[in-house]
Amino acid sequence: MSQKVLLNAKEVNIILHRLACQLIENHNDFSNTVLIGLQPRGKYLANRLASMLKSDYKIKNIELGHLDITFFRDDFRRGEKILEANTTDINFIVENKNIVFIDDVLYTGRSIRAALTAIQSFGRPNEIELLTLIDRRFSRHLPIQPNYRGRQVDAINEEKVKVNWAENEGEDSVYLIK
Amino acid sequence: MSELSVNHLLGIKYLTKKDIQLIFETADHFKEVINRPIKKVPSLRDITIANLFFENSTRTKLSFELAEKRLSADVINFSASQSSVKKGETLIDTVNNILSMKVDMVVMRHPNPGAGVFLSQHVDASIINAGDGAHEHPTQALLDSYSIRERLGDVKGKNVVIVGDILHSRVALSNIYALQLQGANVMVCGPKTLLPKYIKDLGVKVETDLRKALNWCDVANMLRVQNERMDISYFPTTREYTQQYGVNKLLLNSLDKEIIIMHPGPINRGVEITSDVADSDQAIILDQVQNGVAIRMAVIYLLASKIKH
Repeated sequence: MSQKVLLNAKEVNIILHRLACQLIENHNDFSNTVLIGLQPRGKYLANRLASMLKSDYKIKNIELGHLDITFFRDDFRRGEKILEANTTDINFIVENKNIVFIDDVLYTGRSIRAALTAIQSFGRPNEIELLTLIDRRFSRHLPIQPNYRGRQVDAINEEKVKVNWAENEGEDSVYLIK
Repeated sequence: MSELSVNHLLGIKYLTKKDIQLIFETADHFKEVINRPIKKVPSLRDITIANLFFENSTRTKLSFELAEKRLSADVINFSASQSSVKKGETLIDTVNNILSMKVDMVVMRHPNPGAGVFLSQHVDASIINAGDGAHEHPTQALLDSYSIRERLGDVKGKNVVIVGDILHSRVALSNIYALQLQGANVMVCGPKTLLPKYIKDLGVKVETDLRKALNWCDVANMLRVQNERMDISYFPTTREYTQQYGVNKLLLNSLDKEIIIMHPGPINRGVEITSDVADSDQAIILDQVQNGVAIRMAVIYLLASKIKH
């Protein structure tokens, strides 16, 4: 198994700042916007972006939640692995809000499909956008595209894209594992 | 993720400590789900579950049905009183007829101890025991422990007394197994006639003085006197039973500490528990009912994930 660095800590930081600025461009003061990190791995990116918007761009009142999609997935009983649930933490109403789904890697699009169904349990949002750090091009099973993307990557199916976060794995980096 | 060590939930005695842990962790997630504005998830949309109740039930049947529907399973209900069982059909025939309609899981309550185990050996479906005679009632014991964990943080090391009709109670046996598996100290308390002769062999303390038992415990689980299972008189009068083994506010206030009161329902108000206790903050009876749905969702979800597609 070999691995190649796709992004190092400095590049991740630049991309996060760009994504934060793009969000500000579309959502102004975030008064009607909520950020939702998709469990399990999107939560780190969502937390990072939320704290960056607060500290570096002085945006107050960022509403941040985490959504678990386990019970909404379409592969229940279809694989060897038992699906493990994570915590959902949404302490606000999403009715008429503009939602930004945040995930680390967009691959087949099935997780996003599940998230689109799962979020309906919390009300009818005005609009939903998708932000992803890595967009694995040409791998989609569903017609889903991100509104904000950090980096587009061409990876074949046997390859894996791994996003590491300083608070979890000790460094910010993205690897392509073959 | 780990999975359950069993393919059926027939009794707590077949479970491991890890299984209980897994069920509780999964139930935590479902508890969050059932407090959402929309309380339903689509996980089990291709699973059909038959609820077979050969004995009366209100709470357990509703709780299972709600859990199944919140998981989006298809549900068929069957009560023995309105069925061909009355015409002489055997249990296996009844169930096989139902299974031939492509049912994946069976939730069964039956008056005969061991009915669930028997069924699991003869039919090809995942079986959940919803109470078999005076034997086991595993989901009740799981929700009881889950409610203790929710209120006290942990079950381990806690002193729990089960009070009342231990002899006829499936809740008592399942609770003893579940609490011991999690490291709690268990005591049973009741009139000698309603304590099984060999109950000590299960490693529980035995007490006939309710005040002593309550002073010892952190949690008291009050059981109903099961008159419908009594063919002889086990105590002189209900009034005398209440005086000796009924919990009232006066008694609870006279204890050194505040204990938690549980009851699996249905309550006989004024017999084993007075209304002022049942409706007080010390009682977690309605929490138990709410947790029952989350626990049953967790059990059904975990067993369903083991059914081959």
